[in-house]
Amino acid sequence: MRTIGYLLIGILFGITMFKSEAASWFRIYEMFQFKAFHMYGIIGSALVLGVIMVQVIKRLKLNSFHGDPIVFNPKEKSIARYLMGGIIFGLGWGLAGACPGPMFTLIGAGFPSILVVIIGALLGTFCYGLIRKRLPH
Amino acid sequence: MEWLFRPWPWYVAGPMIALVMFLLLMMGKNFGMSGNLRTICTLCGGEKASDFFRFDWKSQKWNLTVVLGAIIGGFIANTLLSNNISVAIHPEVIEKLKTLGFESAGSAYLPEKLFSIASLGNVSSLAILVVGGFLVGFGARYAGGCTSGHAISGLSELQWPSLIAVIGFFIGGLVMVHLILPLLF
Repeated sequence: MRTIGYLLIGILFGITMFKSEAASWFRIYEMFQFKAFHMYGIIGSALVLGVIMVQVIKRLKLNSFHGDPIVFNPKEKSIARYLMGGIIFGLGWGLAGACPGPMFTLIGAGFPSILVVIIGALLGTFCYGLIRKRLPH
Repeated sequence: MEWLFRPWPWYVAGPMIALVMFLLLMMGKNFGMSGNLRTICTLCGGEKASDFFRFDWKSQKWNLTVVLGAIIGGFIANTLLSNNISVAIHPEVIEKLKTLGFESAGSAYLPEKLFSIASLGNVSSLAILVVGGFLVGFGARYAGGCTSGHAISGLSELQWPSLIAVIGFFIGGLVMVHLILPLLF
């Protein structure tokens, strides 16, 4: 039952990524050129609703569908890892024009060359695992 | 129903993403796509190389299921819910891209120069895809999240680390698009 729930949530997410063109290299390029409100509208409106949603969940102490309390994990305090990691991610986002969600959506949408990007992303993740102890966090 | 087949405006897409995040929270999970890359590394035998990949991947089965859904969603969106997938970006951006040699700007979903099957035979465009992906994968794990984990979930929870990460995403993206891409094309 839960598996079907996750699958349906993923399908909703994938359809949204493709139909909103957030999975398009062109939209990412346009966003970084500040020539359209589109991507900022998507992220901004998701964020405004997200902030309200999290506040409602916290204030009303809502439980999940399974009856457990909903917990938010505070991220560890640091500047180096978020700034350095963020910049590296941004360079890749601007170059490949896809972040980790849309990468998978594009396979289903029938763009086989996105698999090259995914292989690159797996290699990047793997290399991070190899050298992370030597990186400032 | 015609609206369904056209590209969705931001005010439909944004709330849909918020809904995805809400449903995952109500399932007791946190929205974040890049963690799946780590899980896939573990499934490919990464635990032999680093303790970073030594964790119970079954605890992440739910997120791999979301990914499978995202793939199916892409298929449904393109085959059943679209009749023209050209992305109508700003005319000035189309002009700019054409001067860089992106002839398909304004008439395709992804630039043919990088993503067409024929381009896979071109070493430089292949390298761009691999390096772009590499930076996304490496950076997402270093920063502890990507667009979904930081820009949507983390900022919604008003977490400072996520704001730093998102500022980093934009510094990197702006440097790539304005300073590095013009050198590559």
